[in-house]
Amino acid sequence: MNFHAIRAIYFYEMARTFRTLMQSVISPVISTALYFVVFGAAIGSRIEQVDGVSYGAFIVPGLMMLSLLTQSISNAAFGIYFPKFVGTIYEAMSAPVSYVELVIAYVGAAATKATALGLIILATATMFVDLEIQHPFVMLGFLVMTSITFSLVGFIIGIWADNFEKLQLVPLLIVTPLAFLGGSFYSISMLPPFWQTVTLFNPVVYLISGFRWAFYGVSDVPVIVSFGMTLVFLMAGLLIVRWIFKTGYRLKS
Amino acid sequence: MPTAAAISISGLYKTYDNGFEALKSIDLEIRKGEIFALLGPNGAGKTTLIGTVCGLVQPSGGTILADGHNVITEFRAARYKIGLVPQELTTENFESVWATVSFSRGLFGRSPNPAYIEQLLKDLSLWDKKDNKLMTLSGGMKRRVLIAKALSHEPDILFLDEPTAGVDVELRRDMWQVVRRLKEKGVTVILTTHYIDEAEEMADRVGVINKGEIVLVEEKDELMRKLGRKQLLLQLQDKLEEIPDTLKERGLELASDGYELIFTYDAQAERTGIAGLLEDLNAAGIRFKDLKTAQSSLEEIFVNLVREQQ
Ligand SMILES: Nc1ncnc2c1ncn2[C@@H]1O[C@H](COP(=O)(O)OP(=O)(O)OP(=O)(O)O)[C@@H](O)[C@H]1O
Ligand SMILES: [Mg+2]
Repeated sequence: MNFHAIRAIYFYEMARTFRTLMQSVISPVISTALYFVVFGAAIGSRIEQVDGVSYGAFIVPGLMMLSLLTQSISNAAFGIYFPKFVGTIYEAMSAPVSYVELVIAYVGAAATKATALGLIILATATMFVDLEIQHPFVMLGFLVMTSITFSLVGFIIGIWADNFEKLQLVPLLIVTPLAFLGGSFYSISMLPPFWQTVTLFNPVVYLISGFRWAFYGVSDVPVIVSFGMTLVFLMAGLLIVRWIFKTGYRLKS
Repeated sequence: MPTAAAISISGLYKTYDNGFEALKSIDLEIRKGEIFALLGPNGAGKTTLIGTVCGLVQPSGGTILADGHNVITEFRAARYKIGLVPQELTTENFESVWATVSFSRGLFGRSPNPAYIEQLLKDLSLWDKKDNKLMTLSGGMKRRVLIAKALSHEPDILFLDEPTAGVDVELRRDMWQVVRRLKEKGVTVILTTHYIDEAEEMADRVGVINKGEIVLVEEKDELMRKLGRKQLLLQLQDKLEEIPDTLKERGLELASDGYELIFTYDAQAERTGIAGLLEDLNAAGIRFKDLKTAQSSLEEIFVNLVREQQ
């Protein structure tokens, strides 16, 4: 293991976050606060309770997931896309670094940021609603696993994308809609039966459901299924990355 | 397993995805501690060749050993030994010189060594710029930073892909100085260039690549010897039927239907024999109306080689 390399890339990536603090931390926090004002206060005052939880509190796990998904993806995608774009990737490609080490460093840094961001949003949420977390360790577990999984997805997108448009495409056209439709703001059981079935094909449903269970002990699908699905996504991501590095796809000519 | 060759390439070929054959069966040995200049016109395959050694381009076939390590199956051991300065100036914008060079050292698996990096930056006249952001540096400075990055992990083999392209005369001489110092330390240097004088100035051996094939590899001195051969052309006043016996030993040639005498000599020798020849000519009563000297340059050899292939 080339630990020096992992360290170098990891801290380089973390330093990049602090250079772009505004974009990577403050803006997600502000948008989350806005969601609370709009959904929590304005709409929540009419909905009252979902699954025995006040609406304001009910949307917290979903909001955290929403930011977590979009931020881990865009962070990790940009982290690898940019060196590819400006050409500095040559150095990592010519260094005695294996793909496992590259993934640990890049995805690790993006996941660290996403996890920290999730916790910051949680702290922000407590300013708006009363929260109690029934299973804090499960919550942390889901938080970390989701961060890693979607940082991996972002990493793959960053390698695949060969222009800025593609870089934005997947988060904007796929991930955000899936997150909105995945029960961030409602319980699946509120939908008509047909749409409930359709929704089960949305991977984000499993993430949000499991996450919400960690908070309030209520879920749309059994928590063990959520856990299993998260693992499946993680494995799928790892397999794709393995293939990318084996073939040199979009990295070597 | 240490071997005599720093880089050993055999049967290497590369076909790009679009079907273009950029390298066609390359065999090449780079000796330890030498400075090897790779010459070739635009698109000859120099950068591709370097890319296959350094892990940027996937070879379509053949094997490459760096210090005896296969660059694919033993990529760690191989790449640890190699530093690369790419042709394009690609640098981070917001990093400082110090940070980016330290980063490179880490990337290549070396533990931090501030004293070494300090010396490196001083050697490359970058020390007073160590806290500057890269985007504030001039092109020549950036080139040096790339060299510092490539040397940050103390490699035994350094690839310089056109280190002096777009660099002013003074900086070029500095660059040569840097390369010479590296050689003194035992580093093997492989550089590509379009400047023939650069190869003349620096290289121990010269290789010429054209259209993906190595067309010549030779000791620079050997080339210089060919190059060092000068010809004295004497335009005669009267036609000469044959070379007189008294001049036979001098190895003269008759040309232009007997109106020209060609004397080939070694320009670098102590005694060229020109003075003696002229005396002998005088004694033999051979008069000439004009004289000139001609020398084939490395550039000519190079151009001829490349043209022959087409
Ligand atoms: N990724 C690629 N896909 C297809 N063809 C390529 C690719 N990269 C390079 N080539 C082609 O391969 C040939 C060799 O390119 P290379 O960059 O190795 O040349 P070079 O000798 O370094 O030239 P220069 O002196 O201009 O730097 C060129 O014809 C180039 O167009
Ligand atoms: Mg080139």
